[in-house]
Amino acid sequence: MFKKYLLCLFLLIGCASADKLATYKEFGEKEGITKVVDDLFVYLLQDERTKEAFSRLNLEKTKHGLSNFICVTLEGPCKYEGQSMRRAHKGQDITQAQFYAMVENMQKAMNQNNIPQRAQNKLLGKLAAMHKDIIGI
Amino acid sequence: MPFFKNIFFLSILTLSTFVHSFESSDKLLLTGGVNSLEGSAGGGLTPWAFIGGYGTDKQIGANAYITNVKTSDYNMVSTGALVGLYDRVEISFAHQVFDTRDVGSALGLGQGYELKQNVFGIKVKLLGDAVLEQSSWLPQIAFGIQVKDHEQPRVVKSFGAKDGTGIDYYLTATKIVLSESLLTNLTLRATKANQLGILGYGGGMNDSYELLPEVSIGYLFTRKLIAGVEYRFKPNNLAVATEDDWLDIFAAYTFNKNISATLAYAYLGNIVLKDKQSSLYTSIQIGF
Repeated sequence: MFKKYLLCLFLLIGCASADKLATYKEFGEKEGITKVVDDLFVYLLQDERTKEAFSRLNLEKTKHGLSNFICVTLEGPCKYEGQSMRRAHKGQDITQAQFYAMVENMQKAMNQNNIPQRAQNKLLGKLAAMHKDIIGI
Repeated sequence: MPFFKNIFFLSILTLSTFVHSFESSDKLLLTGGVNSLEGSAGGGLTPWAFIGGYGTDKQIGANAYITNVKTSDYNMVSTGALVGLYDRVEISFAHQVFDTRDVGSALGLGQGYELKQNVFGIKVKLLGDAVLEQSSWLPQIAFGIQVKDHEQPRVVKSFGAKDGTGIDYYLTATKIVLSESLLTNLTLRATKANQLGILGYGGGMNDSYELLPEVSIGYLFTRKLIAGVEYRFKPNNLAVATEDDWLDIFAAYTFNKNISATLAYAYLGNIVLKDKQSSLYTSIQIGF
């Protein structure tokens, strides 16, 4: 009887931890995330709404930072050592339009890399929750 | 009536004024909703808390639509337009034409007699943001009114309606749960309208306001496609005809921010002499 419960417990823990990394895996782990971010920046630098703001940045450093940030957001085994979202966007006066432009380009980049829709929305949900640290500060 | 027609042309004018800057609005695809039968942005049968069009908090959005609902024994066409101001206020207009087909002659109105009404709507977003607020359960909440004016008040009164005009008041809450790719909506509507008002307002069985819920649930398949179900509770005021709740299964696809299409199967129950009205709902929306 006890063994049975123990098995259930292990299964539950197993499922829970597998679930925790499910989205990260659907992105193709760190490598997949890096590809999405690479494609994202191609779109961002073509988009009238975002190209000016992003062309001012050190691209390689920003891409590297964002890949790690997304990896950490998806609970992957990465370390993000960049600035907090609030700090990074402070004083830039980012509009809702620019924020949505980022989301749209992100969606395009994720589609380009065949990331499943549910996984896409899981990430976007986590990023959208940060809007108060990004828009209009 | 001239008042409503003016509003309609004003909306069209506003639309065309902005046509040159057709790509100017930036809200995400689908987050302007589609045009409901009564003109307000939402699902097909019920308004949502979204402000119609793709304008952000610093932009204006607008759209125009045409919807056809072909039921087993009737046909309805709803045309209209809306303007969304700064993702805060929505002003809408709808013109509904209900073709009675064979029932028209059975009622002595004449084959294919058309009942027409106009709906002027205002919706104000009160709080929340259905898309951005993903860390809280607070939905986006809006309050709206729909002022409805029938073009043949005497005809609908002959069916037993108490009035040819009426105002619906509604409170609507919309939440997108991105982590589950779900959109949910609950609308509470205070109304006296018989079959949207096509059959007038109030009746022999009841002539006071009723507060009725309307529910929508949709799954976001892609950033361009949502499909789901809606259920709208309806009053039952007229002594001569029963009125049933409405149910639909819908899919809305946005080709881009300028054009979208909605297809639905709706079960409308009894409408006057005819029972079990199944219908095909098709709608095209253009805007920005």
